[in-house]
Amino acid sequence: MRPSCTNRPRSGIRENRRFDYPTETLRTLRKAQSITFDEIKISFVPLRRNFLKGSTMKYEAVIGLEVHAQLQTSTKIFCGCETRFGEEANTRTCPVCIGMPGVLPVLNRKAVEYTVKTGLATHCTISSYSRFARKNYFYPDLPKGYQISQYELPLCEHGYIEIVVDGAIKRIGLTRIHLEEDAGKNLHQAESGSSLVDLNRAGTPLMEIVSEPDIRTPEEASEYLKKLRSILRYIEVSDADMEKGNFRCDANVSIRPVGSKEFGIRAEVKNVNSFKFVQKALEYEIKRQAQILDEGGRVVQETRLFDSAKGVTFSMRSKEEAHDYRYFPEPDLVPVIVSKEVVESLRKTIPELPDAKRERFVKEYGLPEYDADMLTQSRALASYYEEAVKLSAQPKTVSNWMMGELTRLLNADGKEIEDCPVKPERLAGMIKMIEGGVISTKIAKTVFEEMYKTGKDAETVVKEQGLVQVSDTGAIEKIIDEVIKANPAQAADYKAGKEKLFGFFVGQAMKASKGKANPDVVNQLLKKKLSE
Amino acid sequence: MELYERTIHELHDMLKKGETTAQAVTESVLGRIKAVDPKVKAYITVTEDAARRQAEEADRRIKAGDVSSPLIGIPIAVKDNMCTDGVKTTCASKILGNFIPPYDATVVGRLKQAGAVLCGKPNMDEFAMGSSTENSGFFITKNPWDLERIPGGSSGGSAAATAAGECIGSLGSDTGGSIRQPAACCGVVGLKPTYGRVSRYGLVAFASSLDQIGPITKDVTDTAILMNVIAGSDPRDSTSANIPVPDFLRALKKDVKGMKIGMPKEYFIKGMDPEVEKTVKDAVKTLEGLGAKVREVSLPNTDYAVATYYILATSEASSNLARYDGVKYGYRTPAPKDLMDMYTKTRHEGFGPEVKRRIMLGTYALSAGYYEAYYKKGQQVRTLIKKDFDDAFKLVDVIATPTSPTAAFRIGEKTTDPLQMYLSDIFTISVNLAGIPGMSVPCGFTKNGLPIGLQLLGRHFDEESIIHAAFVYEQATEWHKRKPKI
Repeated sequence: MRPSCTNRPRSGIRENRRFDYPTETLRTLRKAQSITFDEIKISFVPLRRNFLKGSTMKYEAVIGLEVHAQLQTSTKIFCGCETRFGEEANTRTCPVCIGMPGVLPVLNRKAVEYTVKTGLATHCTISSYSRFARKNYFYPDLPKGYQISQYELPLCEHGYIEIVVDGAIKRIGLTRIHLEEDAGKNLHQAESGSSLVDLNRAGTPLMEIVSEPDIRTPEEASEYLKKLRSILRYIEVSDADMEKGNFRCDANVSIRPVGSKEFGIRAEVKNVNSFKFVQKALEYEIKRQAQILDEGGRVVQETRLFDSAKGVTFSMRSKEEAHDYRYFPEPDLVPVIVSKEVVESLRKTIPELPDAKRERFVKEYGLPEYDADMLTQSRALASYYEEAVKLSAQPKTVSNWMMGELTRLLNADGKEIEDCPVKPERLAGMIKMIEGGVISTKIAKTVFEEMYKTGKDAETVVKEQGLVQVSDTGAIEKIIDEVIKANPAQAADYKAGKEKLFGFFVGQAMKASKGKANPDVVNQLLKKKLSE
Repeated sequence: MELYERTIHELHDMLKKGETTAQAVTESVLGRIKAVDPKVKAYITVTEDAARRQAEEADRRIKAGDVSSPLIGIPIAVKDNMCTDGVKTTCASKILGNFIPPYDATVVGRLKQAGAVLCGKPNMDEFAMGSSTENSGFFITKNPWDLERIPGGSSGGSAAATAAGECIGSLGSDTGGSIRQPAACCGVVGLKPTYGRVSRYGLVAFASSLDQIGPITKDVTDTAILMNVIAGSDPRDSTSANIPVPDFLRALKKDVKGMKIGMPKEYFIKGMDPEVEKTVKDAVKTLEGLGAKVREVSLPNTDYAVATYYILATSEASSNLARYDGVKYGYRTPAPKDLMDMYTKTRHEGFGPEVKRRIMLGTYALSAGYYEAYYKKGQQVRTLIKKDFDDAFKLVDVIATPTSPTAAFRIGEKTTDPLQMYLSDIFTISVNLAGIPGMSVPCGFTKNGLPIGLQLLGRHFDEESIIHAAFVYEQATEWHKRKPKI
């Protein structure tokens, strides 16, 4: 990031072009600037009602995803304004981010570092020399009339992300990761028919992460996004929250006959703002294209928007209307030089990533791939797990509890693992009580729920509610005697050879003990008593 | 001699000695503006009240013994494309006709810190696009030496104000010759520093990779004084160079013995004004007589400079001027039908014809399918032009050329032919493409009494050598002492 006042040497010149203003200038210009601001016309092809699943089976989808992830830097990419949201409109702004005349951008070093970290976490090559470029287009939320982005020389290239599909690992290539600034927001007021512009978001640093067209199904797309989100959160560069709009996804989709090597004509689907919608939008789009091909038509290269209410995509603009962004190197910023030393020092800040952690969990704790994958989705979840295992020495039991009861209760509350009222040592304590036979697994569910609700530890809950497991043979014997007495017919049948009825007696005995009886003891005694 | 006629260094000496006051100097300049500006029309805005307040403050500081700054109490004019906090900054464009920036350009901040008095915002070609100030969106500035003629451009207002005594010194900006050419036309000194030497923060961008702010002054010493104040890296401008700034006053040496001066053969060609050619050659002979070694050098890609410049500069301009869309500040067309209508009408009504022409050219050059042939090729040629200078500067320390092929032309003479107008910058444009420093000093007059400029070019970040040569030349001649009669 050192200043340089000259451009890089380039190859020689072969010809000199005459300098004049051709009449076609005007035509080209008009075309280049004719951006449609009119209301977007909604025109989508309704799918045949009796759409056969078999039809899509003939085709294979080819999907590439472009993700915009907002970086969690404390200030904007080219000025010192805070990146805080939900504030009053245009209060997190300065002359630089509202594009006043004469202002200049100054690059936020943190934003570069975060992007490099992301590149390293996704096996990218980090460019030692990279440049910013201007992407020119007119829109009210774009204060300078151009977006500072990267074009020819992005910060990171040629990486990949691994996803688990049907228990197997699949590699999705990353074409590039580049850094750019976000635009503001237009607020349309229905009553007055006017629009207002809020530039608080303008200049927020974004990473654009572009995948190779390696994705084949909507499920893979979803897995890819989840893994990407998880990586960004692991390395703490982005909240990657799709609902909050700081993790946005555009999808390039085409289909081709199964077995074909050629790519079909693709449509770009924009405005997909949740994981659920990504799947839905892709499913719809694949079916739509399949229907067109089945009917002998041709897919049009265009940009489509996803309407989440209707569950359909519709045409926004065709290739003919596509913007000519007139990219050129940003002259107000010097090339970004990232030295090997900087890369290496950033590499050291990268923690164990989800893939490595998953592999380790399988190896170290003997977990199934599925469990390991789930438990490594976030760093907090994984460290919760490891803490609980360390204290309880029961890796599979901890996994079962976390993926079962714990997740169920958190989801019901909309809470994250970080906010879980049951800390790992308490979960471990409860598991130890199960192992020690103090409480049954069944009772433990009640205990856990109470722990979650009250924040008390397992012992306290068990003591307060008298939930200690009964292993006292005398007490259980008494219960069993009563159960047999109350069901003479069944007892007779059992003795006559209907052994299936054993379970019935176990159930009755457990019920009579209000679940507190130690099932092993119940089994033992029942066998003895029924054969008497 | 009136106070307004004096130089920065003369006035500083007088202020130090208590022979005058900042308020007296300021009143003298304001009085001069009142007297001659209706004829010269150098200013878009005269900041009379603010100037008086600043002069008062300067006098307080001087009284308290604070005279270390050579600019304290000196009225300086700042071209109207440099942002001034609370003072209208229009770029001579209707589209910014009502724009009052909430911040100072870095150079303006530095002038204020040095205690200078900001006396006003001179006229210019709209968005610095032009060589005559005829492209101002408001009015044409006249050449103080002949009111029928142009003062040069785009910093025509700054040069005219400086020549006419309507300020003591001024700042201009130079993208393709916009400091040097008007300085030559008005018989004053103008320096375009090395690209990156002076912060561009707050300079309304025309072509970001070419724009540079520099002083326009009555003599070379004043140029060195202003450079000492405005030069230096700025954390707000990533393209400003983080290299040490010398004391430019130390470049004001007595002689040029042993200095190697080159004359590019491509710059002395048939068709150029014989009076200009002879005057400039005589000036170089004067330097030779003072001990410099003169030789011919070659800048083989000179022919491509104008074309290259008009591709690269317009490309950048087309993007830089996109922000004037009527949304946030400046002019907006009344009652637009919809967004597209607002954009087209605002820009149609707000920009003048030359600005529109350049936006179109630049948009075209950057368009898909043309980018490789125009913009990219332009960048390649730019590299070659820079290499020409690098090669020449292996042989010489300073290159001497005419600043402009002709002296100031008549108002209206070239307005119908943009290409003719573009050729006024033929000797200055390469310098911006190469990023090197260039300076124009008065070196004589035509038979009609119009000033002629000698252009001196130096290596990257070697303003000292050209200031040195200019100073020695100036000390040996009297041209800078002549004043126009208005």
